[in-house]
Amino acid sequence: MSEATLPAAAPPVEAKEETPFRRFVRSFIEDRLALFGLALFILIVLLAVAAPLIAPQNPYDLASVDVMDSRQPPGAASGEGFTMWLGSDGVGRDLLSGILYGLRISLMVGAFSGILAATIGSAVGLIAAYVGGRTENAIMRLVDLQLSLPSVLVALILVAGLGKGVDKIIIALVMVQWAYYARTVRGSALVERRKEYVEAAQSLGLSHARTVFRHILPNCLAPVIVIVTVQTAHAISLEATLSFLGVGLPQTEPSLGVLIANGFQYMLSGSYWISVFPGFALLMTIVSINLVGDRLRDVLNPRLEK
Amino acid sequence: MLAFILRRLAQALFVIAAMLVIVFFGVNVVGDPIYMLISPEMDQQQIAETARALGLDRPIWEQFLVFLKNAAQGDLGRSFVHGESAIKLILHRMPATLELAFVALVLAIVIGLPLGLYAGLKPESRLSRFIMAVSILGFSLPTFWVGLMLILTFAVGLGWLPATGRGPTVSILGLETSLLSLKGWQHVALPALNLALLKISLVIRLARAGAREAALMDYVKFARAKGLSQSRIIGVHILKNIMIPIVTVLGLEFGSLVAFSVVTETIFAWPGMGRLLLEAITRLDRPVIVAYVMVVVVLFVTINLLVDLVYSALDPRVRLTEATS
Repeated sequence: MSEATLPAAAPPVEAKEETPFRRFVRSFIEDRLALFGLALFILIVLLAVAAPLIAPQNPYDLASVDVMDSRQPPGAASGEGFTMWLGSDGVGRDLLSGILYGLRISLMVGAFSGILAATIGSAVGLIAAYVGGRTENAIMRLVDLQLSLPSVLVALILVAGLGKGVDKIIIALVMVQWAYYARTVRGSALVERRKEYVEAAQSLGLSHARTVFRHILPNCLAPVIVIVTVQTAHAISLEATLSFLGVGLPQTEPSLGVLIANGFQYMLSGSYWISVFPGFALLMTIVSINLVGDRLRDVLNPRLEK
Repeated sequence: MLAFILRRLAQALFVIAAMLVIVFFGVNVVGDPIYMLISPEMDQQQIAETARALGLDRPIWEQFLVFLKNAAQGDLGRSFVHGESAIKLILHRMPATLELAFVALVLAIVIGLPLGLYAGLKPESRLSRFIMAVSILGFSLPTFWVGLMLILTFAVGLGWLPATGRGPTVSILGLETSLLSLKGWQHVALPALNLALLKISLVIRLARAGAREAALMDYVKFARAKGLSQSRIIGVHILKNIMIPIVTVLGLEFGSLVAFSVVTETIFAWPGMGRLLLEAITRLDRPVIVAYVMVVVVLFVTINLLVDLVYSALDPRVRLTEATS
C-alpha cells in the first residue's frame, strides 16, 4: 500500500539523484533489528578500542593484580577499592577488565583474518574466472576439497602444524576461509567477464591486471561484503573455540576464548561468572555481526551459496 | 552406470591420496615432537636413539615413503605417546564418537522436523517467528559456549544430568554401546544435545522451506479436496516429500558431526576419538593426528560416494550431466 504512494510523493528528480550508496543505507536502516545489531557492534568496538582508558585495571600488569582477590563474585570490592562488577577470575584479575582487553584480541584476530582471507580469496577467485582452463579447474578442485571438510577440523589440523600464537591463528583462519571467497567471487566474475564493458576494456588495450582489478572486481564486491561479515563472525567464534580447546591463543594473549577456558575449571564448583561473562561478551559480538550480515545479505541480495 | 561408478570411485581414491600427502607433510613440517617425548635426564645419545627408534632421524621424503608403504598395508604408524598402532587407537575410540554422533542425528530430526514443519505451515504465527529466531541463534552460537551453558544449567544448576563421562557400556554383536541403560542415556543426553544444536537449526530451516513449498502443491490441494484430515496430509503427504532432501543433507552432515565432536567431547569428557585427536595435537603425536584425519577423510569420501551413487540411481539426469560436462 505504502509502496503505491511512495513514487507519487517523492518527485522523480530527487529519486534520480539518490546515489546507490544512499539507496543502500536507506534500505539497510529499514530493519530495526539490523540497526540494533550495528549499534551493538559499534559499541563493542568502541569498548574494545577504549579498553585501556575505561577498564578499572590492567590485567596484564601483574603489580595491580592481587591473588587475594581471586574468585570473587560479581559486585565484590577489590583489594584496591574499586568494585569488580563482574567478579574476578582464578588469579584475582578483574573480569570486566579482562573482558574489555579480551575483546581487543578477539576482534583483532577476526578482523585481520577476515580482511586477509577476503583479499586472497577474491584475488584467487578472480584469477580463476579470468584465466579459465586448467588453472581454474585446479583451483576450484582445491576449493571444493577444502569446503567439503568442516572448518573446525581443518583449523585444528593447521594449528597442530603451526603452533600457538596470534600470527599463527590468523594464518590458520585465513587458510580456512579463503575458499568461501574464491568460490563466490569466481561465480560472479564468470558472469561479469561476459559483459560488454569487459570486452570494451579489452579492446581499449588495457592490461589484464587492470581489466580484472579495476573493472571486473568492483562489480563482484557486493557478495564479498556479505561474506566478510559472516566469516568474520565465524572467525571470532572459531578462534574462541580453538583457544577454549587449548590449541589457539596462549595465556599471554587472553582472548575471550582463553578467558572462558580459564573459567571452565571453576564452573563445576559454582564460580560460574568466570566463564559466563566472557561467553556473553563473545555471544554479543557474534550475534551483532550476524544481524548486520543478515541484513546486508537481504539488501545486496547476492546469489549466495554457502 | 558402471563407468559412472568407476569414475566416482577413482575420484574418491584420488581425494584420499591427495589428503594423505597434504596431511603427512603438513603435520610433519613444523615442530619437533622429540622434545615432547624425552625426559630431561636423557643425554644426547639417548635422544638420538629415541629419534632413531621412531624413524625421526631420516629425511622427510624417506619418512614419507616408509609411511606410504605401511599405509598401503593399513598401518598408519605407531603413536609416539601410547606406543600402540595409531589406527587401532582411533578405531578403539570410534564407537563412542559414532554413538554420540548418531544420537545427535536422531535428536536433530526428532526436535528439528516438527518445529520446522510448524514454522513452514504457519509462517505468520508468533511461535514460528520465535522458532526461526532461535534457529538463527543456533547457527551463530559457538558450540563450546552452548556446551558450557548446558553444563551450567542441567548439571551444576539443576543437578539433573551428569556433566562428564560416558555411562557403562554393554557389548552387543561386538559393538560397545552405552545406550542400553538409563545411566548411559543420562550421560549421552547433554553432549548429544550440544552436538545436535547446529543440525537442529539446519533441519528446522530445511523442513520449513520444504513445507512452505509443498503446501502449495497440487497434490496437497487434492488431498485436502478429498477430505483427508490435516494430520494425514501433513504426516503422510507433505512429510514424505520433504524427507528426501532432509535425509540427504543429514547424511552428508554426519561427517561434520563426527568432526565437531572434537569440541563436544572435550567439554563433556566423552571418551571418543575427538578427544584423542586433541590430546595428540597438544602432545604433537603425529601418527595419531595423521591417522585421525585419514579415518575422517575416508568416512567423508565414503558418505559422499554413497550419496552420489544413490542419487544417480534415483535420478538419471545426474549421470547425464556428468557425462556431457
